[in-house]
Amino acid sequence: MSTINETRPADALRAGDRQADERASATKPLGGIAGWMDDRLGGAKGVSFLAKKVFPDHWSFMLGEIAMYSMIVCLLTGAFLTFWFVPSASQVVYDGSYVPLQGVTMSDAYRSTLGISFDIRGGLLIRQIHHWAALIFVVSVFVHMARVFFTGAFRKPREINWVFGTILSLLACIEGFAGYSLPDDLLSGTGIRAMNGFIQSAPVIGSYLSYFIFGGAFPGEAIIPRLYSAHVLLIPAILVGLFTAHILLVFLHKHTQFPGPGRTNKNVVGYPLLPVYIAKAGGFFFIVFGVIALISAVVTINPIWAYGPYDPSPITAGSQPDWYMGFADGALRLLPGFLEFETFGFTWSMNIFPGSLILLPLMWTIIGVYPFVESWVTGDKREHHLLDRPRNAPTRTAIGIAGISMYVVLFLAAGNDLMAIKLHLSINDITQTLRVLFFVAPPVAFWITKRICLSLQRADRQKVLHGRETGTIWRHADGRFEEIHAPLTPDERWALVQHESHEPLELTAGKDANGVDSPIAGKERLRAKFSNFYFRDRVAPATPSELEAAHHEHEDHAAAPDGGHEAIEPAGAGQERETIKADKQHG
Amino acid sequence: MNALAARRRHPAAIAVLLLLGLLVTGGAYSFLAPKDANAAAPTAAADDVAHGKDLFIANCATCHGVGAQGTKSGPSLVGVGAASVDFQVGTGRMPLAGPNVQAPQNKVKFDDAQISALAAYVASLGPGPAIPEEKYTTVIEPGTPENNKAIAEGGQIFRVNCAMCHNFAGAGGALTRGKYAPALEGTTPKHIYEAMVTGPQSMPVFNDMNLTPEAKQKVISYLKAQENETNVGGLTLGNLGPVSEGLFAWVFALGILIGCAVWLGKKAA
Repeated sequence: MSTINETRPADALRAGDRQADERASATKPLGGIAGWMDDRLGGAKGVSFLAKKVFPDHWSFMLGEIAMYSMIVCLLTGAFLTFWFVPSASQVVYDGSYVPLQGVTMSDAYRSTLGISFDIRGGLLIRQIHHWAALIFVVSVFVHMARVFFTGAFRKPREINWVFGTILSLLACIEGFAGYSLPDDLLSGTGIRAMNGFIQSAPVIGSYLSYFIFGGAFPGEAIIPRLYSAHVLLIPAILVGLFTAHILLVFLHKHTQFPGPGRTNKNVVGYPLLPVYIAKAGGFFFIVFGVIALISAVVTINPIWAYGPYDPSPITAGSQPDWYMGFADGALRLLPGFLEFETFGFTWSMNIFPGSLILLPLMWTIIGVYPFVESWVTGDKREHHLLDRPRNAPTRTAIGIAGISMYVVLFLAAGNDLMAIKLHLSINDITQTLRVLFFVAPPVAFWITKRICLSLQRADRQKVLHGRETGTIWRHADGRFEEIHAPLTPDERWALVQHESHEPLELTAGKDANGVDSPIAGKERLRAKFSNFYFRDRVAPATPSELEAAHHEHEDHAAAPDGGHEAIEPAGAGQERETIKADKQHG
Repeated sequence: MNALAARRRHPAAIAVLLLLGLLVTGGAYSFLAPKDANAAAPTAAADDVAHGKDLFIANCATCHGVGAQGTKSGPSLVGVGAASVDFQVGTGRMPLAGPNVQAPQNKVKFDDAQISALAAYVASLGPGPAIPEEKYTTVIEPGTPENNKAIAEGGQIFRVNCAMCHNFAGAGGALTRGKYAPALEGTTPKHIYEAMVTGPQSMPVFNDMNLTPEAKQKVISYLKAQENETNVGGLTLGNLGPVSEGLFAWVFALGILIGCAVWLGKKAA
């Protein structure tokens, strides 16, 4: 026998064993159902982590929430619609309650959609909620995207989430397209016809691709069941999966916040998820659902009964896709027909191909790679959790507006016929004008936006250095008039001076001692060029010493009002004296 | 006046001023706008053709020529028939207010007796489509299965022949260079029929070989049935298709939701 246990008997060896357990059970914070659940699932730690998660408050952060909630509304109502919708192109004779179509031969898909609209209790409301929610979903996705772009929220470490969001927005559009193509009414059939044309415009392989996708010649019986599978199964699965990853990354990265006193790159100032944001976000879900339901109850969307069943021969005036596909339709309307030509026995449909199969992937690729381009140009490898005010990143803001202006031109072109009737214009003139605008609008929008941003920055700088214009005019004894300027509070001032102002990068890789170009010189030169493009025009935020100098300046003037004043900066030289009174009053 | 002066910087002041300005301008316009000359309408003459000729020479000959043979500014009316006159004058398209790409629908300038006199005169110039018989311009009312079937057939004919310009709901559509297919809502069955027979403006002619009078009647009945249907979905947004829906989503839906977000964002925790 060993002698070890003689000095430490078994009881003593186990003396501390249970204490930890007892202590744990005694201090267990959870009782009741929560405790019961935690004992079995062990989620308390995670839940408490989530509950304490802090979110900053700003209305623009809720745009993504609108998208999330309208997507959930789509999922809920979509499940209801699948109970009744028959995704089949087989021909039946309508005998439902909508009189103007009785006895008409139509596809089962269209018949069942008419059934949902007229014969299923609450069916039309749910259908309209589904469609309005879909439109609002894509609207809010795009607006959310714009918010993220213009505030620079896509910067490190969130580039991947930006890419996820880009893919999500593309998927949202495709999902919408697949959805509005399903009812097989005259308009949706026309949409599928347009898609068929898009596919056929692919050089050489177009016709093969079309036969492959449609399972034969257009329209065939295969496309509706196939679109249905994509619409209810494939795309929603990817959409929800990617969306979950999108949200998880938001939790992982923490939410960005607008700059303000006490807010840094290392903290998040706001309220915890529980109870504040659970209440706010939960409440907002009901607001979004309520607004969508209200709109759906009072405003018709996609009156498929009025369009009639699809038949390849008729077409209706005002055939447009839902708005998110409008820009592609507009591109087709703008592309001149003479771009089509034939060589080697093939037709090259360059009047369609660039506006369809090129445009969509190109646009989303440009959006997706932007964060990487910007970070390469700026050479900024740091993490950013504080948002930019759009004016403080003039070139980025201008690029964004230029891109949007291009998009809007295409978007407007999709409605050229309606603009022609409603505004009593010639559709030909509208189309020509938009063709020109497609090339002219972006640079003009870029220049105007950049100038506005720089002016706003200068105004901010003026405000910091010389105070806020109060609108109160003083008349002096000698007859001079002066406007009183009130100094900013430190909190107000902080928001205007906290941002960093990039300077154009200097060339680092030059020639070596022997006059040989460094291997990366070409790349660096390019980067310097881009950097110059981005940051050439800059308005630096006021520094503490400038602020100090401005104050001294005022005091000097107060002592000797007639003395010439020394310019701190050329633009504001004449205005210093105006803050004298205010400084005196407040200081 | 002091109370007013004190409120001159009120946020609503601009809105109130704008409203006031609009009201004053609008009111002044309604007073000063040119009124239609009120020509004394002669009583219906016994001889329609002779009376029609008088009316024609007084009102139409400037463009169409004294013998309706046409001039540089107006086409010949020989052989256009009574239906054409009844449509053009009866919907106020003629007399033309001014040269334009297309004659817009306008206030009707003549009474029924005068229109039929004009029509009789133009019809006397050469054979052309006559004013349709009433049995073809009577709307088939929905109710019985065969009537419903006729209406549904009218819908099919409408979608194949008319919807490409007039839109699925007859809301109208654009044509090239500022021309347009007008909205059909509110147009009388007789005028729809006459338009099909005579092909006014850019519209093609749908003669009786092309669409039988019964088919035309079905189209008219379909349009009227669609007009009389309750808008089950709510407001129609002009039945213009996805463009107006998209606009509504961007302006109203997004507007309301952002309003709610701003309100919720301001709520203290």
